[in-house]
Amino acid sequence: MNGVTVSTTVNGDAVQFVCPPSESLLDVLRNRLNLTGVKEGCGTGDCGACSITLDGRLVCACLVLGAEAEGREVGTVEGMSENGELHPLQVQFIENAALQCGICTPGFLVAAKALLERNPNPTEEEIRYGLAGNLCRCTGYDKIVRAVQAAAKIMRKGRKS
Amino acid sequence: MPYETAYTNQGFNLVGSRVNRPDGIDKVTGRAKYGADVNAAGQLVAKVLRSPHAHALIKKIDTSKAAKLPGVKAIVTGDDFPDHTGGNRSMMDILENCMARGRALYDGHAVAAVAAIDGETADKALKLIKVTYKKLPHVTDVDAAMAEGAPIIHDWVRTAGVQPAPTTASNVAQRSEFGHGDVEAGFAQADIVVEKTFKTEQTHQGYIEPHACLAQLGPDGSGELWVTTQGHFTFRNVCSTLLGLDVAKLKVTSSEIGGGFGGKTHVWTEPVALQLSRKANRPVKLVMTRDEVFRASGPTSSTSIDVKIGAKKNGRITAATAELRYQSGAFPGMWAMFGAMTSFACYDLKNVKSVGYDVLVNRPKVAAYRAPSAPMAAFGVESVMDMLAAELGMDAVEFRIKNAAKKGTKASYGPIYGPIGIGPTLQAVKDHPHMKRRLGKNQGRGMACGFWFNFGGQTCTDLNIGVDGSVNLTVGTVDVGGSRASLALIAAEELGIDYDQVRVTIGDTNSLGHNDTTEGSRGTFSSGMATIFAARNAIEVLKQRAAATWDIPVDQVVWEAGEARAKGKQNSNLPPLTLKEIAAKSPRTGGPIAGHNEVVADGAGVSFASHLVDVEVDPETGSTRVLRYTVIQDAGKAIHPDYVEGQFQGGAAQGIGWALNEEYIYGDDGCLQNPGFLDYRIPVCSDLPFIDTQILEIPNPNHPYGVRGVGETSIVPPLAAIGNAVSNAVGVRMNHVPMSPPRILKAIEDAAG
Amino acid sequence: MRFESPTTTKAAVSLLAAEKGVSHVLAGGTDLLVRMKMGAIEPDLVVDVKRIDTMAALTVAASGVHIGGAVPAAELGESEKLRTLWPGVVEAANLIGSDQIQGRCTVVGNLCNASPAADSVPALIAAGAKALVIGPNGKRRVSVDKIVLGPGRTSLGHGEFIEAIVLPARAPKSGDAYLRFTPRTEMDIAVVSAAVNLTLARGVVKTAKVVLGAVAPTAISVPAAARALIGTKLDDAALEKMAKACRAACNPIDDKRGTVEYRTKVAGVLGRRAALLAFERAGGRK
Repeated sequence: MNGVTVSTTVNGDAVQFVCPPSESLLDVLRNRLNLTGVKEGCGTGDCGACSITLDGRLVCACLVLGAEAEGREVGTVEGMSENGELHPLQVQFIENAALQCGICTPGFLVAAKALLERNPNPTEEEIRYGLAGNLCRCTGYDKIVRAVQAAAKIMRKGRKS
Repeated sequence: MPYETAYTNQGFNLVGSRVNRPDGIDKVTGRAKYGADVNAAGQLVAKVLRSPHAHALIKKIDTSKAAKLPGVKAIVTGDDFPDHTGGNRSMMDILENCMARGRALYDGHAVAAVAAIDGETADKALKLIKVTYKKLPHVTDVDAAMAEGAPIIHDWVRTAGVQPAPTTASNVAQRSEFGHGDVEAGFAQADIVVEKTFKTEQTHQGYIEPHACLAQLGPDGSGELWVTTQGHFTFRNVCSTLLGLDVAKLKVTSSEIGGGFGGKTHVWTEPVALQLSRKANRPVKLVMTRDEVFRASGPTSSTSIDVKIGAKKNGRITAATAELRYQSGAFPGMWAMFGAMTSFACYDLKNVKSVGYDVLVNRPKVAAYRAPSAPMAAFGVESVMDMLAAELGMDAVEFRIKNAAKKGTKASYGPIYGPIGIGPTLQAVKDHPHMKRRLGKNQGRGMACGFWFNFGGQTCTDLNIGVDGSVNLTVGTVDVGGSRASLALIAAEELGIDYDQVRVTIGDTNSLGHNDTTEGSRGTFSSGMATIFAARNAIEVLKQRAAATWDIPVDQVVWEAGEARAKGKQNSNLPPLTLKEIAAKSPRTGGPIAGHNEVVADGAGVSFASHLVDVEVDPETGSTRVLRYTVIQDAGKAIHPDYVEGQFQGGAAQGIGWALNEEYIYGDDGCLQNPGFLDYRIPVCSDLPFIDTQILEIPNPNHPYGVRGVGETSIVPPLAAIGNAVSNAVGVRMNHVPMSPPRILKAIEDAAG
Repeated sequence: MRFESPTTTKAAVSLLAAEKGVSHVLAGGTDLLVRMKMGAIEPDLVVDVKRIDTMAALTVAASGVHIGGAVPAAELGESEKLRTLWPGVVEAANLIGSDQIQGRCTVVGNLCNASPAADSVPALIAAGAKALVIGPNGKRRVSVDKIVLGPGRTSLGHGEFIEAIVLPARAPKSGDAYLRFTPRTEMDIAVVSAAVNLTLARGVVKTAKVVLGAVAPTAISVPAAARALIGTKLDDAALEKMAKACRAACNPIDDKRGTVEYRTKVAGVLGRRAALLAFERAGGRK
């Protein structure tokens, strides 16, 4: 294997890995860095289970090469909690029973966080379109949308104080 | 000691509350381990080579080049699976589905598999395997497969359920008939008879987590399997049978499961992974791609259904018949039988007959999908119910109320109903504010009813009390959607302790007795029942320890509010002993305190739902938007209302996808054209509105708390409810699911002439 | 496979030109990586162009717009100025996939993937966009409608790639719109699509361009449909004539996403609706 050596930042920590040039960032995160919170549902960008941020932008890790991560900042669900505290979205997903099987949950959380950072006070429609890249087969999305609304409200209050 | 299963109208402290699930933090932080999330030292990666043909003889498989590729450690084909089934045909079908034996029966059928040091090497090896096929004629449509001269899928199949027994091969694997009365006489009494033919296309459960396992099988025939499954005990039994292993030597652990909906009740690649592991004597990880999931695992039947119902002018149904043709893929199933059993289960009918035909085609082996077979039958029946109501000039809800089954009704599939919820759900529809919402231009409202049997089955649980009084509950049903929370609530309720004092674990196959698969909406019903009994069993022990501590006879001790209390004046000086106190003393009073229960949880209460939906159809494009959706269902008793609502909403959403867009599309070559989430269109967030729910609680007489399963019924009405709503919106009867934009536009234009 | 990420177009050109095997340019990767995953292509060389400054640049002015070949579609939607000038181009680009895809996909990639159903292409053609092609023989400026030859085929030569897309100066009283039909509200591929770009003079349509997607091997301009609009205020007769011209121009196929009959019919519907929207955006009043 003609491996490429990549230095990058994952969830704020400096990380180095070697991978084949054709390997996806999803496979790197899961198999080389043991960040299995990033899920693979399709591998073709159609389900959003592998949602991560790359330099702050929401992307599907399956559609990024590991080699592209050189010098970038990668954010995964494992980095959502800060200082031992769950992110308000994480709390509200539990409180609102917004997960059943939970396989789509990490992707939804990362996508919802990106959505609320861009738009702290989204309408229901904006939430629904903003999360349309994340498939959930269990919930019918009802409680997911409600959890995001609840978290948005809490986060707006937090911002004011 | 058997415990009393009958419903008692007890009060609850915890049951019915909306507590946070105990596995919530694991699942929002990414820590929870699903099928593909574990690895083993020295593990190999397996990949499967699949048939590109719908039907073909496999003349030769040359693996020699692949075997020479550095890094390839094992290759298996059908020849590597000797027949251990002892003539059990259905077991052989499962094995043949896992790995073709001389013939590829559908596009995607496994023909060989490789285990190599990494995925890249395994992929390369697959390309080096040379398979020589001879293409055979194929058939993928259910009606075409029944027609004269259709290619025969299996020459050994003789139609079962027909007298006299046929002597020639047929694609109809089984005929099943249900009903009672005299339907001919019934139709003769009818003032109006409506008859219509319906088609539904094949859909997939669409769980987001692909099938995945990590298998280890040694030369001594003992092994371990980590797998995403709805039934690890069943997987253990099936894999042991197929591979000739002792059941006790194969330990199967269920991972967290990323959705199943019936599709993870069946083995697909697990025996292959185990066999590769045995051959290489190393752990083997096998994860299906999404393409493989669609092509080679779990879809439900496509169907073709005729429904005929006759009624008097006063709205009383005099007779009803249905002929249901369900394809079961390349192997026989029981899917048409379920369709025939469920078709008319909502109604009180004097004369009723339903006949199902289970049909073989060159498609993947059909698996259970949430209330398997019922949604398609309900699409036909509930559409004709609406058509008949219209012909009678009656309101569609009133017409159904008039004919609804009730306590004492003889169900069309045989049994006499106890207390049931169909009437109350219909009444709730009638009274619901949704019914009063005004409809605009191009909008239509529809409703439909649905039924599912529910299942109980073999269940075994353990409840262990720690020295600090906290409790471990170990169950053998898989947590597919929050059942840990419900079971912890039940254990805490029984013991009289706090909810968060209970931790629920899904036990592996070596830690509990057999548990049937988590299917038939049985998780909370049956493990709930076994948890109640295991807790009561533990309470017996707690009472004995208290009695011993006090030195009084145990019959003077009662368990109330989480503590042992000594009854009677003579004991009034004895202060109560809490669970915590008894647990703390347990090392000195007889050792660990545990409760245990094994039960065949009979009497799963039947479940009924009525759904109400408003849609808007764009008459120029045929596009349908769901505006409002209301689910009303009988839960018996909602242990955790959040997760009951979740089941209602999830089933409705799957039904909406099925009704409008989801379908397997086969080309003329018999190959699946849309094996991915881009073109197999499950609903996305922006496709749906909030889904309103109303939980009715008509206690199941056969469960101490009155619980009925809730997971499946919610997918039964949507096809018909949306069909009725769209038909009302566009003024044309829709009879083909999914009602995709091209089909709706064509129907509108055909009707316009 | 080799992976390279040059920082100049010159370096990228020499890498691509020197490669004897299969080479691909990686911008957003939302098509390329899917094709690699499916085993449809096995590149020997992948050249990531995102570290080339000029290709990552977006400049927006009424006198012209420069969209670098590595600019993610999401960035177009984030430019208020671009949304005002070219709402049709932006909505077309923003319809490509989910937010996750938007964070990566580019209009150049959408164009070079050469799918008949590409969302941004009809809008770019309607806008009169030009592609800045760079290669071993230097730079050339090509109309966007000359890039795609057929499904999966482009007119780009060995070692050539598109550095940027340039939109022309925007005349006052102009408006554009893009509409597509998909069975789902999101995460879908156009079954049919229509882009309309028009300019008004004294309240009537002075110039117009109508382009349809997913109804032929490439996106197609429909001059007859444009002519039906010119000189009108989009009265019903003009719209019907325009829709008819759209239908007549269709040469679609039956496939898993739609039928010939359906695509043809809906092409007229979308053409008409897009024209109305563009007209309204140009400040037109019926």
